[in-house]
Amino acid sequence: MTPFRKDSANPTMVRDYGDDLHIFASRQTRVALGLLVVLAVLAPLKLSNFQSTVLDYAGIASIGAIGLNLLTGFTGQVSLGHAFFLGTGSYTAAYLGGQRHWPFLVFLLAAAAVGALVGAVVGPFALRLRGNYLAIITVGLVFTGQHVFESWTSVTGGLNGTSVAAPPRIGPVDFSRLVIFGHRFGRDQGFLFVIWALVALVALTSKNLVRSRSGRALQAVRDRDVAAEVIGIRLARYKVLAFVVSSSLAALAGALFGSYQQFVAPGDFGLVVSLQYIAMIVVGGVGTTFGPILGALFITAMPRLIEQFSDRIPGVASSPGAKGITIFSLNQAIFGSLIIAFLVLEPRGLAALWLRVKAYFRAWPLSY
Amino acid sequence: MNDFLQLCFAGLALGSRYALVALGFVIIYKATGVINFAQGSMVTLGAYFAYNFHKTWGLPFALAVVMAVVAGGLVGALIQRLLLRRMVGRPVFGVIMITIGLLFLLTEVMASVWGYDARDLGDPWGIDTVKVGGVVLSVKDLWGIALAGVVLLAFFVFFKFSGIGLAMRAAAFDQEAALARGISVRRVFGWSWAIAGAVAALAGISLGSGPAAVTPSLGLIALAAFPAMILGGLDSPLGAVIGGVVIGVTQTLTAGYQPEYAAFLGTNFHVVMPYVVMIAILLVRPYGLLGTKEVHRL
Repeated sequence: MTPFRKDSANPTMVRDYGDDLHIFASRQTRVALGLLVVLAVLAPLKLSNFQSTVLDYAGIASIGAIGLNLLTGFTGQVSLGHAFFLGTGSYTAAYLGGQRHWPFLVFLLAAAAVGALVGAVVGPFALRLRGNYLAIITVGLVFTGQHVFESWTSVTGGLNGTSVAAPPRIGPVDFSRLVIFGHRFGRDQGFLFVIWALVALVALTSKNLVRSRSGRALQAVRDRDVAAEVIGIRLARYKVLAFVVSSSLAALAGALFGSYQQFVAPGDFGLVVSLQYIAMIVVGGVGTTFGPILGALFITAMPRLIEQFSDRIPGVASSPGAKGITIFSLNQAIFGSLIIAFLVLEPRGLAALWLRVKAYFRAWPLSY
Repeated sequence: MNDFLQLCFAGLALGSRYALVALGFVIIYKATGVINFAQGSMVTLGAYFAYNFHKTWGLPFALAVVMAVVAGGLVGALIQRLLLRRMVGRPVFGVIMITIGLLFLLTEVMASVWGYDARDLGDPWGIDTVKVGGVVLSVKDLWGIALAGVVLLAFFVFFKFSGIGLAMRAAAFDQEAALARGISVRRVFGWSWAIAGAVAALAGISLGSGPAAVTPSLGLIALAAFPAMILGGLDSPLGAVIGGVVIGVTQTLTAGYQPEYAAFLGTNFHVVMPYVVMIAILLVRPYGLLGTKEVHRL
């Protein structure tokens, strides 16, 4: 037994293997997460439609980003094909939920299953390649996917897209028309409950996967694949596992996206979307559990906030044809600059910024 | 038969443009091990430079081309100096992400300066054609093919006989050993970005001149050059050219025959054909046709 007692001043310090395996690092973390849950349950009462919309999209993106983080952050396989799997999920929801009227939870699960299946078919081929070659072949996946989405008109509606008439109804409760104790929630607010409950579930699952035997194998593959193989980790199996889980989470996010937005078109699943997801995990913090959620919040909220407050930013054209940079251009330029700035200045992302702030205040006022 | 030859020629012309774009990718990859996602915007930037010098400032076309190539090279060197030099020793993934950030940033900077409207770059040949047998060859396409050939030849001469070229080959082969022999790897990186920028400008001019006007989306073709680069192998200039031609010819032949013989594949299948070819080739040869096989060491 270790002679050290747990130091209450520094509960996040890892002293033995047991500490490393804890799902929540300390009592403080547990309390903070509990408060967060209470906040999340109460928040929809007060949030405006605009704020709810931003958080809805952020939650959907979080689920996809957690999936990508398992593949890229924990297993070290850079995939630019995430948009393809999001699309797969969305169109599954459109077909099963919208055209076939399957219940909400069933078509969500079905979408995740279809995503996993497609991932399991594509994965073994794609993962023969490493590093740069893998990144490029997954770009090919996005473009071939686009072609399928545009051509398979009976399911996808072709270039014009398809409506997704799949309301979030679980049993007798329709979350898009939720009434609790006489309080009537709006559609955007009702969706918050569904989406963020799923985010919590997915985050918990991801955290549990990472600290399991499989999760450690994934990280070994990331750190040095040849060494991992030598100590008896079957590379092919674990790479495909990560790929399957990641694509199934992407498809789940896609199905939610379709159900929430009620309309999807091939343009929603272009290469830019893949790049945005990569940006989310980079900005949030690669290889952390909370990072992708922070990154998703940041990357999805930023353009909407800029749009909302564009009239107060100098040099922005408020109407088409007016002088100045367009809102779209400004968004894209800021997005690009942010990626560069984070990688040059803080490669560990927002999650690390938070740790820095915490470290600073723990030692305050003697900050070193 | 004439139809077939005509399509092959069109494919060759298209392929030589892919090859020019792919050469820019290859030179950066060979020296630094990074795929430069911003190559497409460097291509567009080169075309806009030429437009600016030729149309706005009224300089002769040939002079505008030379100046655009120099300016493109300077931009490449500047990017390397300002951003990527800081990333030496960091994971390759991070550097690739920076080039993705640059892709977004450069595209919007160009859209803000030159707008979204199509700009006519013009060229000295217009729509002149030559007839050989039953096949009509446009002079502009012949220039494009010749340009790709000359650039490839220049690459070989440069790598074989110039000091910098030799240093670049050494650094690509083994960075530490090159450093130990007194080669400045930083300067090699700078040069490779400058050359990539210059080649990108040439590619941009070749793409944007004549009927095809310059628009901010010109650089999207760089995405279609990915398959060309991969097909030949990421680190082989000759492979880039072969890959470019193969992809170009396949694409025009698909556009010519697929609607008639394989209509079930959907309209515009030729747009995704390069990716299908790429995926098929990579499954058989994971390092492309001429790429160097990676050696795993513990």
